[in-house]
Amino acid sequence: MGSDPLFSNGITLAVILIVLVKVVVAFAVLLVSVLLMIWFERKLISDMQNRIGPNRAGPYGILQTLADGTKLFFKEDLIPDSADRAVFKLAPFLSVVPAFLVFAIVPVGGMVHIFGHTTELQVADPPMGILFMLVMSSISVYGVTLAGWGSGSKYPLLGSVRATAQMISYEAAMGLSIASVVLITGSLSTRDIVTSQLGTYLGIIPKWNLIRLGIVPFLIFLVAITAEMNRPPFDLAEAESELVGGFHTEYSSLRFALFYLAEFMNTVTMSAIIVTLFFGGASGPVLFGPGWIWPILWFLVKTGVFLFFYVWVRAALPRLRYDQLMSLGWKVLIPASLAWFLIIAAMQINSYLGFGMFVLAMVLAGLLSRASEVGDLSDKFRLGRSRSVGTKGVE
Amino acid sequence: MTDLLAAQTSLPDLVTFLIAGCAVVLGALGVILMRNPVHSALSMIMTLFAVAVLFIEQDAQFLAAVQVIVYAGAIVVLFLFVIMLLGVDKRENLAKDQLRGQRPLAFLAVLVIFVEVLALSNGKWASGAKATVLSTSSPGSNVVQLAKSIFTTYLLPFEATSVLLIIAVVGAVVLVRRSDLKPGHAVEETEDLETESEMK
Repeated sequence: MGSDPLFSNGITLAVILIVLVKVVVAFAVLLVSVLLMIWFERKLISDMQNRIGPNRAGPYGILQTLADGTKLFFKEDLIPDSADRAVFKLAPFLSVVPAFLVFAIVPVGGMVHIFGHTTELQVADPPMGILFMLVMSSISVYGVTLAGWGSGSKYPLLGSVRATAQMISYEAAMGLSIASVVLITGSLSTRDIVTSQLGTYLGIIPKWNLIRLGIVPFLIFLVAITAEMNRPPFDLAEAESELVGGFHTEYSSLRFALFYLAEFMNTVTMSAIIVTLFFGGASGPVLFGPGWIWPILWFLVKTGVFLFFYVWVRAALPRLRYDQLMSLGWKVLIPASLAWFLIIAAMQINSYLGFGMFVLAMVLAGLLSRASEVGDLSDKFRLGRSRSVGTKGVE
Repeated sequence: MTDLLAAQTSLPDLVTFLIAGCAVVLGALGVILMRNPVHSALSMIMTLFAVAVLFIEQDAQFLAAVQVIVYAGAIVVLFLFVIMLLGVDKRENLAKDQLRGQRPLAFLAVLVIFVEVLALSNGKWASGAKATVLSTSSPGSNVVQLAKSIFTTYLLPFEATSVLLIIAVVGAVVLVRRSDLKPGHAVEETEDLETESEMK
């Protein structure tokens, strides 16, 4: 179990109890945060669209999610006749379980001492660290795929095929931007990633990976995980204007609630992962009072900023078209992250090599974009004979 | 062999091994016994995932992660994709063989593999001991060791494999991209995608 000092003196009953407490607390916190996040999103979007939003259940409508959850709980659970029953029932769990598990590797605070034991404020700190997140995101693809197929209906199937292609495509870019973080840290463990970002440049600028890596890997990661989570503007999987509701069209009642839960839990968890990877995680100055509480507060503030960002993006940007999505993923994000990865690797050796690599990457990027332009033109020229259907323009 | 097991496994290890081992076997049985190809693919994921758990139990953390990301996460997804898109997700007719002499040959292959497993289980490779070079005390050392051996000792095979994969990808793209295809043909795009993501 990694480098958690909790396990250094062997595993006793107290240690097991502490781990159990951590798991239960993380579970509860995640559920409550989803409750608040759904309310927050609805309220904020309402503000941005100049309407009031939920305002009946509780003060400022804060209990609206609870009311919705209760309603979903008591609704009739439908299984379509043509559905594959086992797969139909399995799919929501394949979505929701990975969403829960990813949060286990997020460090939400520093070290704490309880009952004579020192432990890290995170559920698990495995040596494979951030790879665990990739593992879980590759499992969660099945939730969407199987939900669409298992429903035995065409809109869900279309939605799930889209979603699967999208998630697999963007996983590559996501993995490459994580690789650059790992390269500069020299370790996969999330705890090490956070501790390597401690300290400042010139006393004021924090040594976050955002600054150390240049802003590019962060931007790529941000776009890639937005697509990975099927959040707007990449929510083609559930494009309600064309696919009814996408992969969960046939779901109702509690099973639908599980998909909904997974989606919002992913939003919260991924914001936490962004903070861990690029924004120094749970670190920040201790202003006054007890020292252990400030990392948690900083963590919450940083995560909150990204939650706001996601809602803002949803309100501001229109949905992408499918071909735009694919060309963004394959033609922009993956080459860009590969080139930036090379630059960072060269910078690790020395700055001359780094800048040399930078120039080389720029030249190659120019050549690549020119080549794809020419390729597009010749495609259009060659296919120009049958003009009637000729909308080959990928850009 | 039983002495070896008794000597080196602690109780948590044993429990993990039993659960994961059962999952591996059940999944493997599912792959061949399920009638629906999608169910077979799902059983295969179960097997792959349980094997990853066994890897973790043997302190091969990186291998476990790669196992799930590549096999369960990419390759079986492509299987499912093909099954769904080609619409072969119907029950198979098991009465007649697809290839002539399929069953005796399969029986022979199983026999060979069984003998091989028996031979290996008595040998020095399958000792049941944990990986010794990779200490768990320092985080990431697993990956460091692996990277060192890949990029120094086994550099040539590693590069050769990557070149092979590139050749496969380029070949697939060339085969799929027929120039006489009518414009607006969606098949072209998706098939390119599949082959490219297979590279992962």
